[in-house]
Amino acid sequence: MSAIVKMPKTARRSTSFAVLWTLPALIFYVAFAIIPLFIALFYSFTSWNGLAPAVWIGLGNWRALFSDHVTLTSLLLTIQVMVISWIVQTPISILLGVFMAGKQLYRSVLGVLYFLPLLFSAVAIALTWQNMLDPNFGVVNPLLTAVGLSGLTRAWLGDPQLAFYVVLVIVCWQFIPFHSLLYLGGARQIPKELYEAATIDGGGRIQNFFAITLPQLKYTIITSTTLIFTGSLTYFDLFWVTTQGGPGYATRVLPLQMYITAFQNEQVGYGSMIAVVLAAFGIVLSFILLRFSGFSKMSSQLEGL
Amino acid sequence: MASHPQTQNTVDTALSHKTALAAPRPKHPFSQSGFWEIIPAAFGVLWLVFTFYPILYMLFTSLRPQQYLFTDAPWSFPSHPTLENYATVLENGFFTYFANTVFVTVVSVFMILVVSLLAAYAISHARGRYTRIVFSLFLLGLAIPLQATIIPIYAIVSDLHLYDTLFALILPSIAFGIPLSILVLVTYIRDIPHELNESMLIDGATHLRILYNLVLPLSRPAIITVIIYETIQVWNSYLFPLVLTQSQSVAVLPLSLANFRGQFTTNVPAILSAVFLSATPIILLYVFGRRQLLGGLVAGFSK
Repeated sequence: MSAIVKMPKTARRSTSFAVLWTLPALIFYVAFAIIPLFIALFYSFTSWNGLAPAVWIGLGNWRALFSDHVTLTSLLLTIQVMVISWIVQTPISILLGVFMAGKQLYRSVLGVLYFLPLLFSAVAIALTWQNMLDPNFGVVNPLLTAVGLSGLTRAWLGDPQLAFYVVLVIVCWQFIPFHSLLYLGGARQIPKELYEAATIDGGGRIQNFFAITLPQLKYTIITSTTLIFTGSLTYFDLFWVTTQGGPGYATRVLPLQMYITAFQNEQVGYGSMIAVVLAAFGIVLSFILLRFSGFSKMSSQLEGL
Repeated sequence: MASHPQTQNTVDTALSHKTALAAPRPKHPFSQSGFWEIIPAAFGVLWLVFTFYPILYMLFTSLRPQQYLFTDAPWSFPSHPTLENYATVLENGFFTYFANTVFVTVVSVFMILVVSLLAAYAISHARGRYTRIVFSLFLLGLAIPLQATIIPIYAIVSDLHLYDTLFALILPSIAFGIPLSILVLVTYIRDIPHELNESMLIDGATHLRILYNLVLPLSRPAIITVIIYETIQVWNSYLFPLVLTQSQSVAVLPLSLANFRGQFTTNVPAILSAVFLSATPIILLYVFGRRQLLGGLVAGFSK
């Protein structure tokens, strides 16, 4: 209280101005993003079917998690999505970004076409690929047959051994354009003097790539990695529309397991517990990656936005 | 306004940062042409086939009459191209879904922009403990997966008697659009020299006037970025409509696409026509403002 009294008049006025002007954004944000997070935490300690009054069961849901094979498998699948997405998307996106940053005209023409997947929603992409891969009226199997590889034809999304990896191919198709766009921006900002000096020193293309390009893209790599990791937690649309989590539990990633538990099986309390796992996972991951990249560096990155 | 030319300068520098994608292409020695160019070129063409073919397939199939679906080679251009599939889609409520999506997107993006601008201006100009804490709180939102909040949002929306209305989609869309919009706007508005708005304050201008006359024109690139990024987010959003609406009359495009699949079942050409039609506004944006669109997509994330 005394601190407020001691504040100069203008500072007090400026605080009340700040409160007033940030209020509309805060109301929406707190009501529909922050409060729901805490409500989810509360629900996670209850047993509730969404209709009858919720019953407080303490850590019941959390204890059940450790013997719930389906949810633990979906957690494992989500971690696999993260790791495989990163391993596949990062090198291809870097190569594509650097490729498009080249001065040759054909490269920028190709770039225009490379970004087309960015224009479609996850649902649109899911439906297109689902039809392409359909064993009855799709295009992938006939193409394989036409080039003499009929032995490779499959029920791509119907095979439990395969479906997960097929959906991951679609994920890559959807997101590599975005990450290559990040790397394109990063590669364009590398000072060309670095290459001139290296070329005088006798550096070849491949040498330059590892000695200059890759280190210079360090912060873009961190940004892109953060987005792949946190994004992998939230893939819902694509998995839901292509496979609904099937066949069996083969593609039931964590957000799907949450949705199915809460909205189809009407176990709202247990579904909320999964939601809390998802949120905690996302927030902790963001903070670790932010730490890793260093706050000061991150903010200096933002200066250049 | 002696410092004005300097401001212009700062803004120009910031602008050139923002539009790095649009900048003239620097000549990198690693891209010199020659015989070895054949390796990256082959890689580039290979990727083109993978990335572009599904879109070509979508287009070809959408033009193929249903009765030729099994007789034409599925990878070829249709032997008897037709627009009848598009007509089928348009006759099956497409305009309603389109109008719903436009309404939700326009209202959400407008609200995101207004409240984020006010907050970003306050955060940039009234620096103190309060604004620091509020800014951190907003930034925390970047890490919250919206999937994790969908169950309580469903409960809140039901309590407000908004379930199965377009406003059920608008309210959470605004909430989840705010964090990134504020980040983008704050980093941009902070570059506007403090003295400018101080001198306007001394001259008796209100904050609203400063926002309108000074900040709005100077932060146009950031505003365009926010509009494009949030438009795409809201336009393509699927989980909110899936959980928060059920009637056909309030269905938005991504939801209606999934419904079309149920409705048309094996009428693949009609489904793919709907897929293509649902993306038309964003395709047009790409055709006429490719650089703004791509810049907007990487919004707060670009280096």
